[in-house]
Amino acid sequence: MELTRTLAEPRRLNPRQIAVPLASALVAFAGVPLVANDYWLNAILVPFLVLAVAGLGLNFVTGYAGQLSLGSAAFMSIGAYATYNLLVRVPALPLPLDLLLGGLASAAAGVLFGLPSLRIKGFYLIVSTLAAQFFVVWLFTRVAWFSNYDTSGVLSAPQLAIGHWRIDTPVSRYLFVLGVATLLFAFGASLVRSELGRRWMAVRDMEAAARVIGIPVGRSKLLAFALSSFVLGIAGALWAFAYLGTIEPDGFNLNLSFQVLFIIIIGGMGSIPGNFLGAAFIVLLPILLSNAAGALAHAGIGADQVQNLQKIVFGTLIIVFLIKEPEGLARLVQIVRQRRPKAS
Amino acid sequence: MQFFIEVLVGGLLAGVMYSLVAIGFVLIYKASGIFNFAQGSLVLFGALTYVSLVERGWNPWLSFGATLAALVVIAIAAGRFVLRPLVNRAPIVLFMATLGLSLILEGAAQLFWGAQVHGLDLGIDDRPLHLAGVMVSRFDLFAAATACVLVLVLSQLAKRSRFGLSLRAVADDPLAAFAVGVRLPRIWAIVWALAGFVSLVAGLLWGARLGVQFSLSLVVLKALPVLIIGGFSSIGGAIVGGLLVGATEKLAEVYVGTVIGDGIENWFPYLLAMLFLLVRPSGLFGEAAVERV
Repeated sequence: MELTRTLAEPRRLNPRQIAVPLASALVAFAGVPLVANDYWLNAILVPFLVLAVAGLGLNFVTGYAGQLSLGSAAFMSIGAYATYNLLVRVPALPLPLDLLLGGLASAAAGVLFGLPSLRIKGFYLIVSTLAAQFFVVWLFTRVAWFSNYDTSGVLSAPQLAIGHWRIDTPVSRYLFVLGVATLLFAFGASLVRSELGRRWMAVRDMEAAARVIGIPVGRSKLLAFALSSFVLGIAGALWAFAYLGTIEPDGFNLNLSFQVLFIIIIGGMGSIPGNFLGAAFIVLLPILLSNAAGALAHAGIGADQVQNLQKIVFGTLIIVFLIKEPEGLARLVQIVRQRRPKAS
Repeated sequence: MQFFIEVLVGGLLAGVMYSLVAIGFVLIYKASGIFNFAQGSLVLFGALTYVSLVERGWNPWLSFGATLAALVVIAIAAGRFVLRPLVNRAPIVLFMATLGLSLILEGAAQLFWGAQVHGLDLGIDDRPLHLAGVMVSRFDLFAAATACVLVLVLSQLAKRSRFGLSLRAVADDPLAAFAVGVRLPRIWAIVWALAGFVSLVAGLLWGARLGVQFSLSLVVLKALPVLIIGGFSSIGGAIVGGLLVGATEKLAEVYVGTVIGDGIENWFPYLLAMLFLLVRPSGLFGEAAVERV
């Protein structure tokens, strides 16, 4: 175990840290489309992947840089609306570029709403991300230009295609989302090992100390907001186009922000694989609970009560996780893996 | 001009109601350094329990007592099962624990009492009152008076009583207070119970206004900017912040909202709070945190 590490020299990856993601990606690209049916692709795998990407984005700013954000959905909506406008107004641009520019638009907004973090610390900072949350939803509701003067309020997603590959079947949507998610996760995993990622952790762990040893705290925070919003923006575009098929401001409300926050709490703050675990949890738990609703109906609990039960279960799990395993599911998996060789 | 004054007075009185919710936050923040997001759920839980008991034919005072008892039980449970295991953890972790707590409370309140909207009549006359040609709602005046009484009682309690002394000791340095024999769990239980009481009062007043329903828990989002402008650790600050937010958001909605589109009162207070923070990063009356390495 090396005890001292410098900021500039990232730890080397061990072979397993490369092999596991590679093998999962292979299974996800080649194996899953062969066996999964439309319901699994549409209702479980696509939202799972998109939410994992959103968790990755929030993890940069909250899990790694330690700046609490309650405005994830706002940045997702900026990405979605920017991508929509590029798709509709500049049809000549290819889809990947639209997504990239949508992410950049969201990153710019992230820097803007991250600016107060240079002066405001701790809980006072949530005012800034909440301001983003409420202001952005209001802006997209009131200013007709953003929705291309569509009067219905709910925009339907335009036809997606990359070159001649039309993205209109469940399998193609899944592969499209999977491709984007793979790129972003490869980017994220190397980012948090880079010098910048180390700076973020130093700022998170003790800001005053980080400043004393010469870390540019302000710039690191702003970059955290920018990169976080970039990833969230792309996640938002995928959420609207590949999962929902529609875009409306209310789809990106505070609840979605909280969901993304729960993903990183449950999955693990400051963990890359944790985003997948947390997203899987968030997507699967409601499905499990509504399947259990059939059994509960015999016990005199109605279907509408399931939603309330779900809230109680969720809230309890969050508290239990924070008390027992603050590093989330990712840490639990790690513990299990480390114990196994001893047992055998 | 008369219209301006009416909007201003209406805003100020609504602001007092925000302050009521914000005071609950301040109490808990002072005693345990926790930013308690569950405050809004306490408001919902209190109001829903009270109104459901009254609808089942209970005497209003009995219902009030029973609801208060339930809130005290929640306060003790929160201290025992959430706060104590999380002692000495990062503030962000404690905040997220209160998010979990708020989900539990919301789920439990609606699981027990259902999700439908209840009307709540506190028996307060709501005919508008004419004061020097300006229309003022009697109900709002009553709410404002209640808030003033609460603030006076709570601030005197904090200043003069033995409990207030221990509360200030805990706020100043929990470990030192613990070392000289202040019983932390008891202080937490009392403070959470007090916050529960304040949120019950706030819930009844807001419930009488808007109907008792799920959206009541969203009042917390109105109280946040109030809290931030006033500073997390000042009861007086919560009142000043409430008045500022109430007055400016109504004026902004009436005079600016008509120009750039209505509904700006949802985000205007946050913008205001941000501007305040840029000048005073710990709120108007908050204490600046001193950092040590």
